Amino acid sequence: MLLRKLSPITLVVSMLASQVACAAEDYSVQKVTDGVFYHQGVHEDATPENIGAIANVGFIIGEDCVAVVDSGGSFAEGQQLKQALKRQTNKPVCFVINTHVHPDHVLGNAAFTEFNPIYIGHEKLPAAMDSRKDFFDRVFSESLGAAYIGSEFITPTQTVSIGSPITIDLGNRELELTAYTTSHTDHDLTVFDKSSKTLWTGDLLFIDRIPALDGSINGWIENLTQLKNKDIEYAVPGHGPAGKDSYQVGLSEHLNYLVTIREQIRAIINDFGTIEEATSTVGLDQQDKWLLFEHYHRRNVTAAFVELEWE
Amino acid sequence: MHTFRYVLTTVIFSLALLSTANAEQANEPSEMWPSLKQAYFNDRHIREQADDLLELEAPKRAEDAAIVPLRIYAKHAQTTAHYIQNLHIFIDNNPMPYSANFTLSPTMQQLDIATRVRVDSYTHIRAIAEMNDGSLHMVSRFVKASGGCSAPAGKDQAAAIARLGKMQIRMRKAEIGQTTQAQIIVSHSNNSGLQMDLKTRGYIPAHYVKTMQVMFNETPLIKLDAGISISEDPSIRFRFTPQETGVLTAKVVDSKGEIFIHEKEI
Repeated sequence: MLLRKLSPITLVVSMLASQVACAAEDYSVQKVTDGVFYHQGVHEDATPENIGAIANVGFIIGEDCVAVVDSGGSFAEGQQLKQALKRQTNKPVCFVINTHVHPDHVLGNAAFTEFNPIYIGHEKLPAAMDSRKDFFDRVFSESLGAAYIGSEFITPTQTVSIGSPITIDLGNRELELTAYTTSHTDHDLTVFDKSSKTLWTGDLLFIDRIPALDGSINGWIENLTQLKNKDIEYAVPGHGPAGKDSYQVGLSEHLNYLVTIREQIRAIINDFGTIEEATSTVGLDQQDKWLLFEHYHRRNVTAAFVELEWE
Repeated sequence: MHTFRYVLTTVIFSLALLSTANAEQANEPSEMWPSLKQAYFNDRHIREQADDLLELEAPKRAEDAAIVPLRIYAKHAQTTAHYIQNLHIFIDNNPMPYSANFTLSPTMQQLDIATRVRVDSYTHIRAIAEMNDGSLHMVSRFVKASGGCSAPAGKDQAAAIARLGKMQIRMRKAEIGQTTQAQIIVSHSNNSGLQMDLKTRGYIPAHYVKTMQVMFNETPLIKLDAGISISEDPSIRFRFTPQETGVLTAKVVDSKGEIFIHEKEI
């Protein structure tokens, strides 16, 4: 069920509950299906209180070993995730997969070094990490406080190229890793667990929380449209609840948001309008559909505007 | 007025101060400004809060720290007797604070310029009008950079490289004798030169737009001396009044000496 359809009281209770869940001791993972677990991030910006646990992170357990899919929004969350993982299995972590460079997905990487795993990402992840890590280090060491201590930007040792998906094996459990053309970022990666037909979308899909555009609006629309036809049983989005029904609804709403703002921005550009006009008028009818709309919407419009200016 | 080369020497100094910059608030004086003022203007008097002369529009909070729209307009017409000859833009807490210097022609009549800048951190942004009589007048705004997921690096580096040097002159159909708005955009990554190359452990050389010139029938209207504070795909939007038919020319020179020219008939 979508968050905004819950009653206000339930909403407050569930938000409090998830905050507590993030406040370290009670950090827990939910089972998506056999051998697939995730922790749902809260729909907030990263703070010391939520230890940066704002994105969905988790793991898939095979017969031989475990793959972590996104490691957490801080070293502190990475350690919590590792503890949660150890409560489910004694098997070692052989892969840490990063769906993209954003700090809420990669800052827990250093928590898994004891397993000496292979770190995997999109072929453009190393460059993205390299060019942004100083900036992220500065911003997130401040916004996360103590939870940030120990965080490291660990570059992938294995990469996946666009157009050439790879398959990794956890022991009778194959994961297909696909690298995308520029969408949410210029280095998005999805993970598909073949046996359970579970798709981890990374931030290609946002549910309930407003999507954040850091790549290409045109590319994102194109790739989301294709994902619609993928045969899946379960999905774990980058943000929002896991599930199959919520996936279909969420994907449609996400696409609708992007298509709506693109159409309105194009009209403004064709009328020789400015970024300021676009940020103050575009997509306002989408306001009630998304959490954190105020935080990211105008930025999305700005980013889309400077892309669409070149069509 | 010192040249842009001078700016490089202030980089180290300003980086050292960046860590304290976030604590700074709008109503507090800038830590950087006294040394910047000394470096670029020596002991010249700058009239502050010159809001009677100049307006600087900037968002209070930068939605995308890599693309912060700025608009500067004069409250009086430009005349050959009395006009703003240069407009200096400073972004105090950026690695290279002296961000832009617009040299302006009085033939533009109405000064109204917009551009897009990068804002690295919470900062004062200031516009200083240098009149043809040499006097200096300043307005400033405080901008909170949003930080977060959008680093000042390019969003799609491959696409940016593919269209390097492409230019557009965008405007509605102009009427002779009527004030019209035009926008010049050049596709350019405007690399800062502050990014590390993983393989060599050296810095990727800076590659940015150094000047953008706008001419109408070969008469200069605007010359922008720019630096790495200008956003990727540098843009200038301005008002001017064509008094005859002719050609609007935009000429861009980057730090590698590459020249890009684009023209539009009016």
